[in-house]
Amino acid sequence: MEAVLSLLIGLLVAVSVYLMLARNFLRFLFGLILLSNAANLVIFTAGRLTEGAPALLRYGEDAPATEIANALPQALVLTAIVIGFGLFAFALVLALQAYRQIGTLDTDQMRLAEPRQPGAEADK
Amino acid sequence: MKSIILTAGARLLVPLLLVFSIFMLLRGHNLPGGGFIGGLLGATSFIVYAIALGTAEARRALRVSPETLGMVGLGIALGAGLIAVFTGDALFTGQWLWIGGDSYETASFAPNSILVFDVGVYLVVFGGILSMVLALEEEL
Amino acid sequence: MTSWFLAAPLVIPFVTAVAAFLLRNSETGRWVSVAGSAAMLVASLLLMAEVLDKGVLAGQMGNWPAPFGITLVADTLSAVMVVITAITSLAVVIYGMGEVPVRLERLGYHALYNAMIAGVTGAFLTGDIFNLYVWFEVMLISSFGLLVLGGTKEQLDAGVKYVALNLVSTLAFLAGIGMLYGMTGSLNMAELALTVPQVENQALVTVVAMLFMVGFGVKAAVFPLFFWLPAAYHTPRFSVSAVFAGLLTKVGVYALMRVFTLIFVGDVSFTHEILLWVAAATMVTGVLGAAAQTDFRKILSFHIISQIGYMVLGLALYTTTGLVGGVFYLVHHIIVKANLFLIAGIAQKAAGGNELSRIGGLYKAAPFLGLLFLIPAFSLAGFPPLSGFWAKFVVVKATLELGHWFVAFLALAVGLLTIFSMTKIWAAAFWKPHPDGIEPSLSRVDRGELVPMMIPVVGLAVLTMIIGLHPEPFVQIAETAADQLLDPTAYITAVLGEEAAP
Repeated sequence: MEAVLSLLIGLLVAVSVYLMLARNFLRFLFGLILLSNAANLVIFTAGRLTEGAPALLRYGEDAPATEIANALPQALVLTAIVIGFGLFAFALVLALQAYRQIGTLDTDQMRLAEPRQPGAEADK
Repeated sequence: MKSIILTAGARLLVPLLLVFSIFMLLRGHNLPGGGFIGGLLGATSFIVYAIALGTAEARRALRVSPETLGMVGLGIALGAGLIAVFTGDALFTGQWLWIGGDSYETASFAPNSILVFDVGVYLVVFGGILSMVLALEEEL
Repeated sequence: MTSWFLAAPLVIPFVTAVAAFLLRNSETGRWVSVAGSAAMLVASLLLMAEVLDKGVLAGQMGNWPAPFGITLVADTLSAVMVVITAITSLAVVIYGMGEVPVRLERLGYHALYNAMIAGVTGAFLTGDIFNLYVWFEVMLISSFGLLVLGGTKEQLDAGVKYVALNLVSTLAFLAGIGMLYGMTGSLNMAELALTVPQVENQALVTVVAMLFMVGFGVKAAVFPLFFWLPAAYHTPRFSVSAVFAGLLTKVGVYALMRVFTLIFVGDVSFTHEILLWVAAATMVTGVLGAAAQTDFRKILSFHIISQIGYMVLGLALYTTTGLVGGVFYLVHHIIVKANLFLIAGIAQKAAGGNELSRIGGLYKAAPFLGLLFLIPAFSLAGFPPLSGFWAKFVVVKATLELGHWFVAFLALAVGLLTIFSMTKIWAAAFWKPHPDGIEPSLSRVDRGELVPMMIPVVGLAVLTMIIGLHPEPFVQIAETAADQLLDPTAYITAVLGEEAAP
């Protein structure tokens, strides 16, 4: 199972790098979302995979009687997902606002904060 | 978008979702559930309302702004953590009152700071999600 | 009780953020923010006194024992950083009373500001690596908000670049945490210090160390990961860019210092050698970038990068003297750089711009402002007897002790080029006559705005002078901090108890 997940993580990273190399900011963001999912899967896999075992104790139990899943990576991934969700929601609103105001999401054209120097090579 | 079916459905769904979100919040104390899931469900109810009747109507139904709600929630969650200062414990140590007994098993009613914290989380998630979704919907 | 010394500087900004948000539509909100910053300064000074008195402090949040719960730890470095955060926060919030328009306050400026300060403080105090990630995110999301608050085109453009690169860095950091947890089964930094050397596959540890270096390197804006900084720092309000310039990159440097002295010390000849050359390249590229700029704040932004190089250099040397220099530099630089950005704000109000070719004549109009500029500017360049001289002196001395002649030469050359940039600002903004023939003057600035803007500038300048003229107590504190970093036994026993000592 670990091998499958590792391959999946690798695939996600590859796809996200491909997307992040795009000039369009929106594609970059999609790549970032995939990358964050890959990072979450890294945490999840690093916490060891246990098949078919819950991460909870039965009511009244003090210690697990049978095999139990590691609850910590699940908690960490949940935290990371929630934080990631907030950040991407913000980034999406930012992209929308930027598109409204600047009129493009092509990162090569977004040079308002850093205008080309007069002596530099002219725009293509 | 105006749709009679959605509007009529929303009138039924919204209160149902809200009640269910409170149920989830309270159930989360010992069982799966809790403030985060409850808050998501609660926010969903108002999102449905906003889709059916428009964001202005949803904001009016909410009365206070979702940002304020979220911040109040943050204050409540912090306050729950700060209760521990009165007992000399570390920040965010759970504080319990056993009414009608002296332990979790015997007490008939056990008010505690963890539930207060969960209520805070509920409001933070509710307000946070709602403010973002409403802002996005107004943009589009 | 100890845990409340640690929790107070963290809780106060959060409470302030909530109160300031609820009162954002009235004047009171602003004063709540000022009172909150002042209260945080008191709390952090109490923490500092306690740490200097009793050594490393640790507190377990929620009474969950380490390594299972979240631990707050304050060694001397953390305590110093928290105090300096509180000082900067108070200075900038007072400045903001004259500079931040009511419109932005209504949008929640003070809430975002205090939440960011809480995130910065949390990052300095936490003893748990995943919790460090959470604090980074608290700090980031509120800094995103602050950066684009007001929403001009330039700000949105800057925001896109800032958000994109910082999100990538946190993901590198997060993946690193996951792999570290997989190898050791722990997230507590003190326990990691004990378990990481026992990991069988040390090569993988080095790989993870690199992930952390990239993650924190973007935050700290080191070469070649700094491109978001000069793209963003000159666009928001002066208050915002001052607090960003002072604090945010330093959180990255602090995190580098923490993990590369506590956790990843197994392969120093490899990891710290990389840091050494990264530091050298950072110093040089930063200062050369600054030389090419013609905007007050853009020049200062590039100088942040070049100065970060000195701090990382102190860490890379990994000797007591080197770390003393690094810590001292960190403190000195926060004060000086925040102050320079604040002065840029006053200069803009008085002369009507930040582009050096369009302003001038400030010295004639406001000689006092000129003096106030010269103090942090000379301190940044490293003139005796100001604070920057001692900081540079110690770092260069440590570099020479290890025989890195070339790097020491670069450090001194970068100092010279820094003077070049500062004199460029001085000549253009202060000496030459105003190109449009108008007389800039401070009296054009509204008095109600000017007074709150001047107070923190004077205060920070005085602080620089004090550190410069009486460096002994500050160097002593930096020495204690460096000793604790190089020998983490005190840190580990404070968190895990006496029996855990290596």
